[in-house]
Amino acid sequence: MTLFAENSLGEDEKSGSGILLAEGQLDTRHGPILYLEDVSVSFDGFKALNNLSLYIDAGELRCLIGPNGAGKTTLMDVITGKTRPDTGSVFFGQTIDLLKMDEPAIAQAGICRKFQKPSVFDALTVFENLELALKADKRTWPTLFNRLNGEQRDRINQIIETIGLGTHHQLRAGILSHGQKQWLEIGMLLMQEPKVMLVDEPIAGMTHQEIERTAELLLSLQGQRSIVVVEHDMEFVRSIASKVTVLHEGSVLTEGTMDEVQNDPRVIQVYLGG
Amino acid sequence: MKLTGLGHDKTATMVLVALAAVTFIIPFCNLALPADSPMHFSAYTVSLLGKYLTFALLGLSLDLVWGYCGILALGHGAFFALGGYAMGMYLMRQIGTRGVYGDPLLPDFMVFLNWKELPWYWLGFDHFWFALLMVVLVPGALAFVFGWLAFRSRVTGVYLSIITQALTYALLLAFFRNEMGFGGNNGLTDFKELLGFNIQSEALRAVLLMMSGITLMTAFLVCRWLVNTKLGRVVTAIRDQESRVRFLGYRVEMFKLWIFVFAAMLAGVAGALYVPQVGIINPSEFSPLNSLEIVIWVAMGGRGTLYGAIIGAVLVNYSKTVLTGLMPEIWLFSLGAVFVIVTVLLPDGIVGLLKRRLQEQHS
Repeated sequence: MTLFAENSLGEDEKSGSGILLAEGQLDTRHGPILYLEDVSVSFDGFKALNNLSLYIDAGELRCLIGPNGAGKTTLMDVITGKTRPDTGSVFFGQTIDLLKMDEPAIAQAGICRKFQKPSVFDALTVFENLELALKADKRTWPTLFNRLNGEQRDRINQIIETIGLGTHHQLRAGILSHGQKQWLEIGMLLMQEPKVMLVDEPIAGMTHQEIERTAELLLSLQGQRSIVVVEHDMEFVRSIASKVTVLHEGSVLTEGTMDEVQNDPRVIQVYLGG
Repeated sequence: MKLTGLGHDKTATMVLVALAAVTFIIPFCNLALPADSPMHFSAYTVSLLGKYLTFALLGLSLDLVWGYCGILALGHGAFFALGGYAMGMYLMRQIGTRGVYGDPLLPDFMVFLNWKELPWYWLGFDHFWFALLMVVLVPGALAFVFGWLAFRSRVTGVYLSIITQALTYALLLAFFRNEMGFGGNNGLTDFKELLGFNIQSEALRAVLLMMSGITLMTAFLVCRWLVNTKLGRVVTAIRDQESRVRFLGYRVEMFKLWIFVFAAMLAGVAGALYVPQVGIINPSEFSPLNSLEIVIWVAMGGRGTLYGAIIGAVLVNYSKTVLTGLMPEIWLFSLGAVFVIVTVLLPDGIVGLLKRRLQEQHS
C-alpha cells in the first residue's frame, strides 16, 4: 500500500486526534481506491444503475462482466465524470469526492479511461497521440510553450515499444488497424501514469496473439495500478482476473473468482435467461 | 507511409513567395514606374489587391477556428466589421472641421442627429494607438464573452454555428440604428487622412497594400507556428475527438476559447486594414451572408492548411470582381454552385486537388 499512501503516518500520530488529511489528497490506507455507494442513474425512467455499490482495491485488477444493458459503461461514465448520478456517492480514495469534479479534473487526479470504441486522434501520428496523453501541465499556456525533454521522449518511445508500434511511430493513427488502435489507446492510458485505469472492451478486433499480449500487459500492471476491465470474452476474463464482479440490471449481482461466479446459479440464470 | 507535414512546406513557401511579390513589387511598379510602362499597376489594382489580402487574412483566421479547431463559425465577419469600425472611428476623428457641417467636435452624422456632445465610447479614438488597441481588444472581448458562455456550456456543432450567425445578425441590426452612434445605415465614410497622409493618395494606397501583405505574411507564420505547437495538436485533437481530449485531462473549453479569441483579433486586424482601402465601413459588413462567404473561401481553398484559406480567399474574390463586373446578377448563383461543387467533389478544396494530382504524378 506504500505505493499509494502519500502522507506519513508519523504526522498523523502527532496530531493525536485521528487522521487529518488535506482535501484532495489520495488516501487508500483502508484498502479501496474507488468507493461507489448506492449509485443510481436513470435515463428517461430506465434505471441504468440501481443502488449500485462497488469497491475497487488499490493495485487490484478487477473484471466487470454482465449482459448488455447491465450498466457497465454507465458505471465508467459515472466514475469519469461524464454522467452525474441521481443519487449516491463516488469517492476516489477516502477523501476525494469525484462528484464535485469534471472530466479533466478527474483525469488529472489519476483516473483514466479507454473507450469501448477505440478513440485515438486519426489526424495525428502515433507519437503525437502519446505526446498529448503524456502526464504534464495541461493548461493552455504551458501547453503552448511545451517542449518535450529527453526523459519524456524516452518515456514515449518506451511506451511505443510496450504497445508494439515501434515501427509505426510516425504513422498517422487513422490508418492503424482496429487492434493497433486499441493498443495505442492503452498506450495513451499508460502515458498518463494513472492510478486507476478503466478499460472498456480492450480486445475487440484483436487477433489471438494480440489478445495474449494484452492479457500479459494488464497482468504486468497489476499491483502498480488499479485496473477495471469490462469485457465480454469470458476466456480472456478468466485469463486475467482474480476477482470478477457481475452486474445485472444496474446492480452488483455477485462477486468472486471466475469459478465461483460461473457456478453461481443466479449468474447462470441471468446469462441463459432461465 | 504518409508523413505529416511533409509536402506542406513547399506549398507554404510558394504561397509566401507569391505574397512577398505582391507586397513589395506591385507597390513599386505602381509608384516608381511611369503610367505608360507595361509593368505599371494602376491605383485601382493596388487597392483591389490590398483588399484581397485583408480578405485572405480574414480567411486565415477562420481556418484556425474551423479548419483546426472544428468550430464552424458562421459569424466570423462580425469580428472583421468590429475591427473595421474601430479603424473607421479613428478616421472619422481625423476629418476634423472638414466635414460638410464643419463642426469642430462632432462627425457629420451626429450633427445631423442634433447630438450635442461626443458619446463616451468615441473618446480616445482621436489617437491612432488607441484605435489600434481597440481593433484587437473589441473583437477579442466579444469573442471572449461569447466563447466563454458557449464553450463552457458545451454548445457545439450546428447549434454553435446558428448562434454565431445570430450574433452577427444582432450586431447588424444594432449598427443599423442611428441611436447607436456609429452612423446608422450609412456607416462611417468620407475619410480624409490617415496619420496625416491623404487617404486618396497613391502613395498611401501602396503603403496600405504593403502593410496588408506584411501583416498577412506575419499572421501566416504565427499561425503555422501555433498549429505546430503542442497546443496546435491538442486543438486538432479537439476537432476530431472532443470528449476524448477531455478525458486526457485538458480543459477543452479553454483551448477553444483562446483559439477563438486569437482568431477574432486577427479578423479585427483584417477589418482595420480593409476600411482605409475601401474608404467606408457600414453595417452591411455584419451581414450573415458575408460570414458565409468567408466559409466558402476557406472550404474552396482547402481547410486545415492555412495557405488554402489564403488561396481560396484571393481566388473567390477575384472571381467576384470579374463576375460582378460582367454579370452582377449571376454572382450569387455561381457562389452557391461553387460551394455545392466543393462540398460534393472537393472536400479538401483546391489544395487537396493539387496534392492529389502531385501524388498521382509521383506514382
